[in-house]
Amino acid sequence: MSFFTSANLDTAREIVSRYPVPRSALIPLLHLAQEQHGWITSEAMRQIADLCDVTAAEVKGTGSFYEMFKFHPVGSYLINVCTNISCMLLGGEELLGHAQQRLGVKTGGTTDDGMFTLEDVECIAACTEAPCLQVNYRYRLRVTNDEFDEMIDDIRSGRVDDLPQHGTLARVRQRIPSDRLAGIVPPSAAREAPVWLQRNETAADAADPVVG
Amino acid sequence: MATNDYVAHAPGYVDNEGPKIVSERFNHPDSFTLARFEATGGYEGLRAALAKRPADVHDEVRSATVLGRGGAGFPAGVKWGFLPPQKFPYYLVVNGDESEPGTYKDRLLMERDPHQLIEGCLITCYALGLTQCFLYVRGEMALAQERIANALNEAYEAGYVGRNILDTDFSVDIVLTWGAGAYIVGEETALIESLEGNRGMPRLKPPYFPAAIGLYGQPTIVNNVETLANIGWLMVNGAEQYRSYGSEASPGTRLFAVSGHVRRPGVYEVEHGVTTFRELIYGENFCQGIRDGHDLKMFIPGGGSAPWFFEEHLDLPLEAGPVGAAGSMLGSGAIVVMDDTTDAVKATLRVVRFFARESCGKCTPCREGTTWEERILQRILDGEGRHSDIDMLLDVGDNISPGPYPVAANPTEGLDAVPFPPKQTTICPLGPSSVAPIVSTIRRFRHEYEAKITRRDSIPVRAEVLQ
Repeated sequence: MSFFTSANLDTAREIVSRYPVPRSALIPLLHLAQEQHGWITSEAMRQIADLCDVTAAEVKGTGSFYEMFKFHPVGSYLINVCTNISCMLLGGEELLGHAQQRLGVKTGGTTDDGMFTLEDVECIAACTEAPCLQVNYRYRLRVTNDEFDEMIDDIRSGRVDDLPQHGTLARVRQRIPSDRLAGIVPPSAAREAPVWLQRNETAADAADPVVG
Repeated sequence: MATNDYVAHAPGYVDNEGPKIVSERFNHPDSFTLARFEATGGYEGLRAALAKRPADVHDEVRSATVLGRGGAGFPAGVKWGFLPPQKFPYYLVVNGDESEPGTYKDRLLMERDPHQLIEGCLITCYALGLTQCFLYVRGEMALAQERIANALNEAYEAGYVGRNILDTDFSVDIVLTWGAGAYIVGEETALIESLEGNRGMPRLKPPYFPAAIGLYGQPTIVNNVETLANIGWLMVNGAEQYRSYGSEASPGTRLFAVSGHVRRPGVYEVEHGVTTFRELIYGENFCQGIRDGHDLKMFIPGGGSAPWFFEEHLDLPLEAGPVGAAGSMLGSGAIVVMDDTTDAVKATLRVVRFFARESCGKCTPCREGTTWEERILQRILDGEGRHSDIDMLLDVGDNISPGPYPVAANPTEGLDAVPFPPKQTTICPLGPSSVAPIVSTIRRFRHEYEAKITRRDSIPVRAEVLQ
């Protein structure tokens, strides 16, 4: 039984084909699994192992290093409050404290209704707009306690439309048309220099004309 | 396309006066589209490069002295020269795993002007004969991934990327890939490990540069996003024009993110090497000073890994040499300003906790040491500190980066004058970075530490007493 839906399985195979070594697709495929299911199951890891030509243990070994991958169910909305230095200076820790109270969970916890998981996160590169947070990896900047409450209310009542399900990152996928593909170059292939480097053999002022 | 509904750019970038190289398009609402890029001179740099011999493109970058913008400040043209001859295939890996505390420029470059980055990648691949490019974006940056995916799709469609680019013999694929939440992956060999599908742990050195042995064991160039964003402009305008901005040793411009207790925090494009910290923090054109009614206490000049600076350092120029000689580093262009309300111990703890959490665990001094540092600082802050704790902090730090911690100005010039980075007992600089804020604040604000320490040392139990 396939974990991936047939559309996602096609996507997965396409992703694998872009790397010179299948194992390189391991992290992208874990993201794909999380996008489909919200978290990463054993079935997902076994199928990724097959696709990447590694063992399921290796998939877990790599995946467990990265904090974005969840190996247990999390809320539909993952809230990451930044408490790193720039945010701390302007109230990041207080915001996290307020979030804990409002949601009634500790950092790392999920609300009973399965809607929200709260985490504190290290610097998410919005330091000039402190304190900041991300909901399913979408930014909310210069967040006050009231704005936080408002955001929670809006999400609960379905008034927010820029937030995809947890696990979905980019909503646009890279597509390479097959007639435009330059060709994946495996490391083992004994190769000549790329053809355009032959231009170095020509005189400096007689380079190939460019069709623009 | 979902991303082409032109929602207003999130705040952050401040369009100050001064020459612009990489942020020229930032304020256009459609700055990330191919149409806008082409309408504003986009891919002209690629055309200019393709009209030259690859070696001449490399020479142009070398003579412009484009310093790496990832943190180490190593000249890109020189790094490119480390590729061993005839060991094909070569790869290009773009480091977009921006996660140094306070740093926030690559995200803007990727979200607002992805084509500029793609153009830089293409020119680099052309110049060096690199046959595939991997664009590695930080996992948390969903919008940046979306914008780059969209831009790549546009660029493939229009014939700028892929097979026979602009109908020439030049062909290269750019593959967008992304991380999953690990600061250490910003270290270039850890990034390569991650790209190979492994845990993101730095590789043992030497070789010091992946140009020798990189992705899949092949020669690999790893460049920062901002570094590559400069290359297209450079091809159009030339090295001489590039060198007309900034200083002799640090030409061009640079994005600086200034955050913390300033009136107008933001990301500014600044002339490299000539602007001083004082101008950037207090200048009307920039951050306009410390927030009302307060004075500067300290600032971090180059991201979380850099030793901290104080008032007497304000007149240093934003240039690697002088900042290094003064005992810190310009790093990734992140300045965090702290005013007189800041608790030095608490701020130190926050930065140290970051390194403790982000240590990959490969080297014992870092894995154990950063945790020790965090716990000692936490107990001092909690009023549970002991008098011996200050020495213990320094001692733990000494086990991660041994020897006297560099501060003194060095009379010599150039890279030799830079006492940073310090000696280290670890493979990468993450562990030693945790020592930077500790030494900086203990040296300056020892009294704040002492004021928090209320408990007596535990009574030493001597071995002979037990016998």
